[in-house]
Amino acid sequence: MHRAAYETILDDPMFGDISLTQFLFGRLTWEAIPYHEPILVVTFAVVALGGIALLGLITKFKLWGYLWHEWFTSVDHKKIGIMYIILAIIMLLRGFADAIMMRIQQAIAFGGNEGYLNPHHYDQIFTAHGVIMIFFVAMPFVTGFMNYVVPLQIGARDVSFPFLNNFSFWMTTGGAVIIMMSLFVGEFARTGWLAYPPLSGADYSPGVGVDYYIWGLQVAGVGTTLSGINLIATIVKMRAPGMTFMKMPVFTWTSLCTNILIVATFPILTATLALLSLDRYVGTNFFTNDLGGNPMMYINLIWIWGHPEVYILVLPAFGIFSEVVATFCGKRLFGYTSMVYATCVIMILSYIVWLHHFFTMGSGASVNAFFGITTMIISIPTGAKMFNWLFTMYRGRIRYEVPMLWTVGFMVTFVIGGMTGVMLAIPPADFVLHNSLFLIAHFHNVIIGGVLFGLMAGVVYWFPKAFGYKLDPFWGKMSFWFWQIGFFFAFMPLYVLGLMGVTRRVSQFEDPTLQIWFVIAAFGAALIALGIASFVIQLVVSFFKRDELRVTSGDPWDGRTLEWSTSSPPPDYNFAFTPVVHDHDSWYDMKSRGYERPLEGFKPIHMPKNTGTGVVLSAISVVLAFALIWYIWWLAALSFIALIAVSIAHTFNYDRDFFISAETVTATEDARTKLLAERT
Amino acid sequence: MPKPFSLARVSILPLMLVLLSGCNMVVMSPSGDIATQQRDLIVISTILMLVIIIPVIAMTLYFAWHYRQSNTAAKYDPEWHHSTGLEVAIWSAPLAIIIALGAITWVSTHKLDPYRPLERLDAARPVTEEMKPITVEVVALDWKWLFFYPDYGIATVNEMAAPVDVPINFKLTASSVMNSFYVPALAGMIYTMPGMETKLHAVINRQGEYEGLSSNYSGDGFSHMRFKFHGLDQAGFDAWIARVKQNGTALNRDAYLKLEKPSAKEPVRYYATVDDGLYEAVLNMCVREGQMCMKDMMHIDMTGGAGKESHENKAKLEHDNRHAKDEAPAATFPETGNPARSEEPAEGVEENPATMNHDAHQSH
Repeated sequence: MHRAAYETILDDPMFGDISLTQFLFGRLTWEAIPYHEPILVVTFAVVALGGIALLGLITKFKLWGYLWHEWFTSVDHKKIGIMYIILAIIMLLRGFADAIMMRIQQAIAFGGNEGYLNPHHYDQIFTAHGVIMIFFVAMPFVTGFMNYVVPLQIGARDVSFPFLNNFSFWMTTGGAVIIMMSLFVGEFARTGWLAYPPLSGADYSPGVGVDYYIWGLQVAGVGTTLSGINLIATIVKMRAPGMTFMKMPVFTWTSLCTNILIVATFPILTATLALLSLDRYVGTNFFTNDLGGNPMMYINLIWIWGHPEVYILVLPAFGIFSEVVATFCGKRLFGYTSMVYATCVIMILSYIVWLHHFFTMGSGASVNAFFGITTMIISIPTGAKMFNWLFTMYRGRIRYEVPMLWTVGFMVTFVIGGMTGVMLAIPPADFVLHNSLFLIAHFHNVIIGGVLFGLMAGVVYWFPKAFGYKLDPFWGKMSFWFWQIGFFFAFMPLYVLGLMGVTRRVSQFEDPTLQIWFVIAAFGAALIALGIASFVIQLVVSFFKRDELRVTSGDPWDGRTLEWSTSSPPPDYNFAFTPVVHDHDSWYDMKSRGYERPLEGFKPIHMPKNTGTGVVLSAISVVLAFALIWYIWWLAALSFIALIAVSIAHTFNYDRDFFISAETVTATEDARTKLLAERT
Repeated sequence: MPKPFSLARVSILPLMLVLLSGCNMVVMSPSGDIATQQRDLIVISTILMLVIIIPVIAMTLYFAWHYRQSNTAAKYDPEWHHSTGLEVAIWSAPLAIIIALGAITWVSTHKLDPYRPLERLDAARPVTEEMKPITVEVVALDWKWLFFYPDYGIATVNEMAAPVDVPINFKLTASSVMNSFYVPALAGMIYTMPGMETKLHAVINRQGEYEGLSSNYSGDGFSHMRFKFHGLDQAGFDAWIARVKQNGTALNRDAYLKLEKPSAKEPVRYYATVDDGLYEAVLNMCVREGQMCMKDMMHIDMTGGAGKESHENKAKLEHDNRHAKDEAPAATFPETGNPARSEEPAEGVEENPATMNHDAHQSH
């Protein structure tokens, strides 16, 4: 009885002969717990011990109240931004563990050796790796930066809808929790990260794996979409006086474009997954082979979301590089206007290229050629951006702090990925490279070399703003060089393997001549592991050396945009007085005009109040998703009602705002005045 | 005195060359004309792009070095941020490359459209009227390949052969999920999809044994969904046909339905005879007794639909759930009852199936 959930209801339904256990637990049984799988038992033990230790420490140091009041329920965009990035880093460890497992499997599974992962396990790992890296590492990382930086850069005190922001974060986290749950209860999808039907349909993937996938993404998708709306409203409505669109910092511009992309495309993903769940749960035939369904429709729809998604990730990274390169070259960004137009052109073009993901599905030559050429056209604005960064360096005075290293590393690495991308855009060339390891090397080249390098640059760049001390540069450089060299070792062999006709998602190989390349790639992955370890060590070392690395001025890099005008970390209200903007690089402009901080005349500041509703709604959503995944219908109904009830109840919460008194503001600002005076 | 860094580079370069020469870059040195033209495109586009990529990388490294903070001799101009001439140049240089590549793309996409019948055997020889192409009908099954040779009335599993310098017309479909048919030495890949037919035209120019595979992930047995593609001279091909005919069994609808069930690492099988219209039935998802063919339903739809009675056809049109009556296609939890992530192979997947047609396999 694999057809759809509704048949399960009809077959062993409430009306018929159903045991109490089945009613209570749906299809959840003890067999769902993989206690016979040693890798998972060890993982579970480590996670459980670590978790218990962490909870114990929090309890011991009586941090529960602090965490709840200061962080979990916070509507402060800065704290939410930091929480997003912590989520991303935790999930990066999980996603990378998957990567290492795949690299080891492919390095040993040759000849008769089947490796240590059977296909059943391996297929879940590559699916989880893709899903986690895109949805739960790159997305929260990018959203975290936009949350933290954008309001500060535009001189605002928070985002437009602070509660919505907190709710968005917790929904994203809820999605991550659902995905992580599949590790220990049941199993994850074995379909590849985009779950193409008919393989992901009820007939070919009847178990819980695809349902975990669907509901994890749906819950997280709510967060992403709402956060997109929030940030668009913030950028459009809350800029400081004088900051016209063409005076916005470039990171804010790229954030605006990214959020427009999010709002325009994530609903497509939601709708597509909703149709797939209808197929799986209700027995409709949108994407089945028979009865009028068409799997090609799903593939079109998912890529109409999926291609803009890569620009959603890379545009903010471009923004980060633009900020970093201008700051560390001590020079205004070259070609601001063309940078902005390039960003907007990329945003628009990203909608009309999706078909290049399936040239090999048999579209006509004219259709393929059209999408191939539109894809190539994207490389024009991207190339222009590259030249803009290059000519910002020209006649600059480059300080090689860690963020600048990541930027130069990016410029060298990314152009290679761009070149292979254009090769893949030529349909007949794509026919021999599609689904090969060449393709894998290409998109890791642009996602690691572009997005990840940008995010790492951003962490080092804005960390002193967020925490008041710089990150230790030695470990930062270690991290950069391990990542950079590790990347080349891990992915250049995949380009070669692709040209040898080796395709993706294969868990066992016959040709022994391939093995050496996989071993080199595994070595590269080990170097990247050291890069990640260096990054973690950097965080720890810097924490212990924080007094030495302390930034008292709030402007450690001689920054150019408004976030550097505040203290580090900025006060809850960001700006005691809303700044007035006259030029791009407003803070540089203010500094060069001899700006004096106002020292008196502070007024009470109107601020939003914290609320726990976001946490509650997200927790209920996780329960609802779990119930739907395991066919526990009573719990699904109950949690759905609870979700509606809590949402409505929250609308009656009128206790939403408060004033920071003028005395508090004065005290905070005086403390900073004192600190600044001590420096000089 | 050479720096240690350059020493390292000097010693790494030959090592890389040895590694690269040791491997068989089949995509860069294929044996079929279509794949050769596709390879040429990769080479041309790479060269065109390197025209811009190499200067960019060189400039990046040079600027990064020259304008370092400690080099106070370098000019520093913090207010220089605009130059119309330079901006025109940085937009038009990539534009020029893309115009060239776009033109190449438009032409080559049409010329190398997999649906377009071949016009040449290789750069020197055009296809003439007298040359009779051979037709191969390909069905991707869970997880093996079935090849019909309608011109010869035979079929094979996981082994394919074609005479050199004879155009091959492929028609491709699948039985359950999507796969992709790919013989890197022959031509680019094309998806195979249930209920749909894709096409591919190609030719093999050199004799030899080549790898064929599925390049689109399709489930448990995907990694072993490989076959050998033999490029043979005409005599060798005739001998191969004769061997299939001599050693093969019959492929009727029942045999097909058995074969279609999920299984991995299938041996080569030969079928000397094939039921009439079997490929058509596979394509129209109506091999099973009592099924209605897609094309019939489409015909009814085209003529206005069957009205209220149409729901009576529903059961006859159901295709996907055929597995439900026997076993699940894979050991997915909880449907099979196998514990989550069990070591057991999927139900219906024989990891080491009893070899049928043992003789046929040996004789090859």
